[in-house]
Amino acid sequence: MNFPILSAITFIPLIGALFVFLTRSEKDEKNSGAIYISIFTSIVNFFIILFVWYSIDKTTSDFQFIEEYNWISGFIKFKFGIDGISILFILLTAFIIPICIFSCINSVKTRLKEFLIALLVLETFIIGVFCSLDLVIFYLFFEAGLIPMFLIIGIWGGPRKVYSAFKFFLFTLLGSVLMLVAIIAIYWISGTTDITEINQMGIPSEYQYLLWLAFFSSFAVKLPMWPVHTWLPDAHVEAPTAGSVVLAAILLKMGGYGFIRFSVGMFPVASEYFTPLIFSLSVIAVIYTSLIALMQKDMKKLIAYSSVAHMGYVTIGIFTFNKQGIEGSIVQMFSHGLISAALFLSVGVLYDRTHSRLIKTYGGIVNLMPKYSFLFMIFVLGTLGLPGTSGFVGEFLVLVGVFKVNYLVAILSSIGVILAAAYILWLYKRVVFGKMENIQLKRIKDVNLSEAVILGVLSAAVLFFGFYPDPLFQTVNASVDNLINNYNSDIQQNITLNK
Amino acid sequence: MEYAILFLPLIGALLGYIIKVFGDIYSEIVTTLFVSAAAILSIILFYNGIVYEDYGNYKIYQWIASGKFVVNASINIDPLSSIMLVVVSLVSALVHIYSIGYMSHDPDKPRFMCYLSLFTFAMFTLVVSDNFLQLFFGWEGVGLCSYLLIGFWHKKNSANNAAIKAFIVNRIGDFGFAIGIFLIFIFFGTLNYEEVFTLAPNFADTEINFLGLEVNLITVTCLFLFIGAMGKSAQFFLHTWLPDAMEGPTPVSALIHAATMVTAGVFLVVRCSPIFEYSQVALNFVAIVGMITALFAASVAIVQNDIKKIIAYSTCSQLGYMFFAAGVGAYHVAIFHLFTHAFFKALLFLGSGSVIHSLNDEQDVRNMGDLWKKMPVTWFAMVVGTLALTGFPFLSGFYSKDAIIEFAFLKGTNVGYFAAGIGIMTAVLTALYSWRLIFKTFHGKFNNKNLSKSEIHESGLTITIPLLLLVVGSIFSGFLFKEFLIGHDYNNFWRDSILILEKFDHSGIPLWLLVITPFFVTILIPVSFYLYIKKTNVLDGIVLKYKSLYNFLLNKWYFDELYNQIIIKPTKFIGSFFWEKGDIKIIDRLGPDGISKIIKIISNKSSKFQSGYIYDYAFIMLIGLSLLLTFFIFYK
Repeated sequence: MNFPILSAITFIPLIGALFVFLTRSEKDEKNSGAIYISIFTSIVNFFIILFVWYSIDKTTSDFQFIEEYNWISGFIKFKFGIDGISILFILLTAFIIPICIFSCINSVKTRLKEFLIALLVLETFIIGVFCSLDLVIFYLFFEAGLIPMFLIIGIWGGPRKVYSAFKFFLFTLLGSVLMLVAIIAIYWISGTTDITEINQMGIPSEYQYLLWLAFFSSFAVKLPMWPVHTWLPDAHVEAPTAGSVVLAAILLKMGGYGFIRFSVGMFPVASEYFTPLIFSLSVIAVIYTSLIALMQKDMKKLIAYSSVAHMGYVTIGIFTFNKQGIEGSIVQMFSHGLISAALFLSVGVLYDRTHSRLIKTYGGIVNLMPKYSFLFMIFVLGTLGLPGTSGFVGEFLVLVGVFKVNYLVAILSSIGVILAAAYILWLYKRVVFGKMENIQLKRIKDVNLSEAVILGVLSAAVLFFGFYPDPLFQTVNASVDNLINNYNSDIQQNITLNK
Repeated sequence: MEYAILFLPLIGALLGYIIKVFGDIYSEIVTTLFVSAAAILSIILFYNGIVYEDYGNYKIYQWIASGKFVVNASINIDPLSSIMLVVVSLVSALVHIYSIGYMSHDPDKPRFMCYLSLFTFAMFTLVVSDNFLQLFFGWEGVGLCSYLLIGFWHKKNSANNAAIKAFIVNRIGDFGFAIGIFLIFIFFGTLNYEEVFTLAPNFADTEINFLGLEVNLITVTCLFLFIGAMGKSAQFFLHTWLPDAMEGPTPVSALIHAATMVTAGVFLVVRCSPIFEYSQVALNFVAIVGMITALFAASVAIVQNDIKKIIAYSTCSQLGYMFFAAGVGAYHVAIFHLFTHAFFKALLFLGSGSVIHSLNDEQDVRNMGDLWKKMPVTWFAMVVGTLALTGFPFLSGFYSKDAIIEFAFLKGTNVGYFAAGIGIMTAVLTALYSWRLIFKTFHGKFNNKNLSKSEIHESGLTITIPLLLLVVGSIFSGFLFKEFLIGHDYNNFWRDSILILEKFDHSGIPLWLLVITPFFVTILIPVSFYLYIKKTNVLDGIVLKYKSLYNFLLNKWYFDELYNQIIIKPTKFIGSFFWEKGDIKIIDRLGPDGISKIIKIISNKSSKFQSGYIYDYAFIMLIGLSLLLTFFIFYK
């Protein structure tokens, strides 16, 4: 067996967290040891993952770098492996976490060490989710991710942190319990929880419907879809900046990843059957939450609602079952990871200076913060899907994909593009432009070096993948082809069986 | 060279932004030089195209490839794109020069110049695209630059609002445009112009089921594409952003909202002529929207008092002309008018900018008057621009506008005759509002109370030189290029870049049609002089008599109010409704909050069982025992 690279990238952050834990510190003191260790681990991990991305065979849809250990013999295997789809999410995670760590150094005032530990542990769990090739392992990581996130909101959050943390926990747990039941059921049906084996054998179509619904309930909450999205705005508002960033940029993507890997991959017949449900919920999400975003008074809430709308495109795209739709939604998730992270960081920059998230506090800051305004503009443009930003590529391909399948859904969801322009430009205008009326803003300072670097890197990524999205497409191409082929043959088989 | 033309403005914009640290003047020089170089190269390219037939397609790189959805970024040089390049780069270069003078007092000059250059780049990518997606890229790109430039004076709330309005109204158009692109990709399987255009005849009779309606594929595609064109070119229903866009600095209005960006819609229709030609319904729709806009905008322009808004409505109206030219199938005439219009409309805007500049940002024509001796160059330029716009014989507008009316007439269909009639009526209105502007601004009495007349002086050289160059263009561009662009051998130039299925028969033009418009526009000069200068009370009487009509026109047919009532207010209302009633009242109350409340109630109730008193437990045990006993007695 080769070097267990996947285990390495998964557990390096955990080891880092251990070392952070061992550093000595008083409670509220700035702990430079902890900071250096966590930055070092997360960046090293990022570069290892870049290397994995580079070395992964992009011409095949097979799982690669497979590792297999027996855990509970004969029952649960510890199985890791990645394909073109999962590596993108791992890459995104490894890219966002160091950024979070950088951003929290200045903004987290209490218990910084514990905060860093929570972030690193979270990274382990999230990467574990994307690496798992065994349902039980997947479930473990998927659920374990809740704990650090719950703590991040509950300990470092704002005034209503407890309410939000519990709301977040309740919603997600409700879905997950059903998923656990479904996983157990799968074990009884197929005799294994190994994802590759299940995919080969296929699950009899009569079981698929219920199992699909159980998985759906978990992923729909995570993503989140309408109407189980209401935890997200609250969680975002109360979470500290770095928490919001991880939440929006990565945790939500676990839902989308789940839909691709499990709903479509394992239950194709049920997926086809439930497509109308997904389409209607997603279209509602796109329009409904965009309209709500228009009327928000709190910047973070506005961005949270816009996230829900953008995730609506993701689900629509996945359930078109065609190349443009699925690739579009993967790119959309990737780009939303970059853009939403950047937007929350941008809000964080303002929040650190004035301690207000309300839009009406601001106005006319462009003259005092020109660099900030410039960077913020790029993310605003990404949100509204301007060609040349990564937001456009995903959104447009999703719409192309869904147009093939259903005109009405495509047209209705295109309205979201107009609304996105309205809410985000209006936000920008009220925050950045206009006359400065709040005297407290008179002394506001432009972004400092570390903020400029963070936002600059993100904006470069947004523009790079807008102009040159090819690396993303090449990575997922084979896997998506395989997914669609499997889907189509299963559907064909099912039709002939029924005849 | 093609690459140089495309990327020079972009490099200029970036470089200009970087070197502003050395001083504003450097970024002004760099951006202007780069764009001017692009302009010179474009002219060479245009010349090479004509003389050596030096056209071609140059792929830059593969932009997006997802399955069959393959889109390249490329440079496609053909007659249509080469003439557009000339128009865009020339006007842009002149506007760059002009801006150095016009914006001299502004602290943000480098930013302004960079936006202008960036706009030029976006417009170039739009024009030289060889597929619909790159076109869309440029399309939204120019929209972005327009947004940034309209809102350039970001302290003014009205400017910010106008910028957002422009972007969103354009987005509505783009929404239609995108659907058009989807339709093309789904049915043609490609977005490349050449491939789509070759396939178009095969689909001429294809019917598709679109949202429950049986419709012709080509028709519905064209209509959606045209919605995009309507947004960008400010056609009726989607025109409301253009007058508001005048909040931006005047050079912006000249470049973006007169000469280049707003004509992108016309360009789109002409570029897609190989598709539009197969749908008479779509063409008629284009023609009708064009006619309505031409007449509507002219009628509004006649009563406006803001000098820039008058010209903005005039632009809107002239775009209407171009559209109905395209709608009757005279694509080459549409582009010819686009070409001449770019010169004289940019001239009018820049001229009005010169006036505004000298009057300390006064824009109301009622506060002007008698400026012609003070600003002779501007006056001269504006008069030439007006003559060209109204179609005074032998100036550029004469050739292009009359050609539109003639071709509409020659079309021989009802729509064509109707268009010709509207064209003549609009020409009359055009003459009226244009001369009103000239007379109110430059003649009559000096009406400004804030400024003494002696303070006014002619603008500097950076302003007057572009004006004079545009004067040359406004005078000669029609005369010189007429034969070449719309003459009998027009196909020598246009080749495959436009498709006209039904050739026009030039023999049947009645003489009266040829003379009627020039006659009207000439006779209207003294008439308007009389009305606006000599006997102003005649008009006042008319205004008093038809007060409601006057107000209707003055308020632009109440479009803004209407949209505010039927779109903006309901949208905001629904947004709040969903948020407060949907999310908070329904989902949260029935969802997490409700459940936790119920659980709390249940656990409160059930906790009472654990009272800690032995007699409570004994009592419960007793009840349980008796229940069990009962159960066993009856069921066993």
